[in-house]
Amino acid sequence: MAPDRDLTGLMIGTEDLTVGYNGVPLISDIAMSAARGEIITLIGPNGSGKTTILKTIARQLAPIAGTVMIEGRDIRALSGKQVATQMAVVLTERIRPDLMTCYEFVSAGRYPYTGSFGLLTDKDREVVSAALELVNASEISERYVSEISDGQYQRLLIARAVCQEPEIIVLDEPTSFLDIKHKKELLEILSGMSKTKGVSVIMSLHEIDLAERISDRIVCVKGDRIAAYGTPDEIFTGSTIPDLYGIDSGSYDALLGKLELSAPEGRMRCFVIGGNGTGIPFYRELQKKGIPFAAGILMPNDIDVSVASPLAGKLICTDLFMPADDALRHEAEELIDTMDIVAVCGCPEGEYNRVNGELERYARSAGKTIVRSLEELREELA
Amino acid sequence: MTGRIKTEGNRDALRRSMVFLSFVLLLIAAAVWNIRSGSVNISLKETLEILSGHGDSESTAYNVIWKIRLPRIMLSAILGGALSLSGFLIQTFFRNPVAGPFVLGISSGAKMFLAIATIAVSGLFADMPVSAAVAASFAGSVMSMLVVILFTGKVRSMSSLLVIGMMISYICSAVTDLLINFANDSDIVNLTHWSMGSFSAASWQSVRISALIIIPAFFAVLASSKQMEAYSLGEGYAGSLGVDTGRLRVLLVLLTGVLSASVAAFAGPVSFVGIAVPHICRMLLKTEKPILMIPATFLCGAVFCMLCDLAARMLFSPTELSISTVTSAVGAPIVIWLMLTRRNRNGS
Repeated sequence: MAPDRDLTGLMIGTEDLTVGYNGVPLISDIAMSAARGEIITLIGPNGSGKTTILKTIARQLAPIAGTVMIEGRDIRALSGKQVATQMAVVLTERIRPDLMTCYEFVSAGRYPYTGSFGLLTDKDREVVSAALELVNASEISERYVSEISDGQYQRLLIARAVCQEPEIIVLDEPTSFLDIKHKKELLEILSGMSKTKGVSVIMSLHEIDLAERISDRIVCVKGDRIAAYGTPDEIFTGSTIPDLYGIDSGSYDALLGKLELSAPEGRMRCFVIGGNGTGIPFYRELQKKGIPFAAGILMPNDIDVSVASPLAGKLICTDLFMPADDALRHEAEELIDTMDIVAVCGCPEGEYNRVNGELERYARSAGKTIVRSLEELREELA
Repeated sequence: MTGRIKTEGNRDALRRSMVFLSFVLLLIAAAVWNIRSGSVNISLKETLEILSGHGDSESTAYNVIWKIRLPRIMLSAILGGALSLSGFLIQTFFRNPVAGPFVLGISSGAKMFLAIATIAVSGLFADMPVSAAVAASFAGSVMSMLVVILFTGKVRSMSSLLVIGMMISYICSAVTDLLINFANDSDIVNLTHWSMGSFSAASWQSVRISALIIIPAFFAVLASSKQMEAYSLGEGYAGSLGVDTGRLRVLLVLLTGVLSASVAAFAGPVSFVGIAVPHICRMLLKTEKPILMIPATFLCGAVFCMLCDLAARMLFSPTELSISTVTSAVGAPIVIWLMLTRRNRNGS
């Protein structure tokens, strides 16, 4: 695959790249590129070769074919020092030396700039302090690296990379081991660096939802090939993501980037009358208990639909912005006839969902058990 | 903020200067104490006179100091430094705090060659000269080291290299044991004596030769301290900083080998110094920075071995203990104590 754009003017790119170990090709025809300040994210299943690609870009693995280019020059033609001043690498090799302070750890990033004995100049110290400041780690600078939390350590790795004053940062799953707060902080730091300093970022992420939000381009790596490459809006549409991970396309919502567990199977026992999000906790509860259910009557753009659609055995929807007609009501009544329980979730009634009040009355007259809260549902199911 | 970092930095610098200063003072004290102690008691005044060249060159005291004690002090200092430094290199290299300089099979290689020399070849000579024994054990150490270097480029992980070193060690021991089966009792005594380690064979010539090997090796280690620091943060990471990790690996094994081979050749496999001294220095300096640790371990090792040799000579005088008896007896409890105090610090 030829590069999608001319690599000469770009920060980093690959051309007909084939990566693999010991001469055995793993993934061929890799073409991706980042202009100054762009963020490229590699996504894909575990073991699909994301790390192999990143290691090849970071020059830790020799390419089997093709080239990695930095500013239009083959990376193999550059010296180790030249590459080190342009590209910082944060891979999954996580070593925490004893008796090394966070400050010393971060200052290792000055390596390409210091003299033969690695002594820091005032300029180096300024850069190190600024890097610690950037990742909010100044207050831990005198603590030992072996004593800090995973979140703090991850931030130090970023600070160490920043110290290298790179134009490109390569990161392998920088958000692993972090809680959501620290994930957010870390990605905001990266995104800030790309915007304000024009640093290009190439990384792999497990969190596809975050990948969609932060990236300029997404590379879908699928074991033996690049399944897709493009902007997030090109990738997060249709069945690209479900296909990449080999999951049922019904359970993944490309628009919201939301993954649901599989729907329970068997005879449906509960009809859920929800709407405006009120049904969601009921759907989830039934899914967790493994009880198949039906849901309705909803408008197709109701937030409930995004959960009911993958989880419900049967979902009755109106046409967009239309109230339910008699045929639809009849279908719902017939469905309720086959159920044991009807859950009424408390969605306020208005012009367009009057039918749901009628359905509730129908269920009561048909002698169905009505539940109005999660507690009642749990009791009934117990 | 920056101000606070600076004061902390100053406190560290003060601590480190104090540590180095005390090492130097201890070195001088150990040398003075060593030179005066022995079966012949020499007063401080006479010692100073003799050292400054004013003493009677025909007197016993003069000869004892110049021909016996001074070379022995120098040798124990140089070899002690070399041994500790090679221990530090090995621990950095393998990221294993209990690795010692002889894990690469170096002492076993030396012993095997010595066994070959004393048992198989000694039949040809009436009595094997000391220089031949030194040459044999040095050759054996270097051979083991070369085998390890051969594998250094081939294995992925450092721990497999550690295993290879240990296996080489077993093979050499097996060959040595085989030879011992066919040996005379007197040869075995020599071999046993060697394997316990001693600085008693010190002479000006051995001081000169070992200094010629060890001092350049010391500076070579110092010159690669920046790469070593990067290497200690991970091989892949060091590579991304522009370190040629393949070359560095070979260089480190080579330097470790040369340093510990010199020790094995001139004093036998002195145990425990290589493990204990780097730990002592780490705890005192509170850092792993190679640029500080390299001179510190060398100095501390020199002091440690001089004091241990003094103990070996004097404790049960006139019977002289083997150096390993003292170094192990002193070194092991120190390491245990250091580990315990460190655990407490981390726990609090």
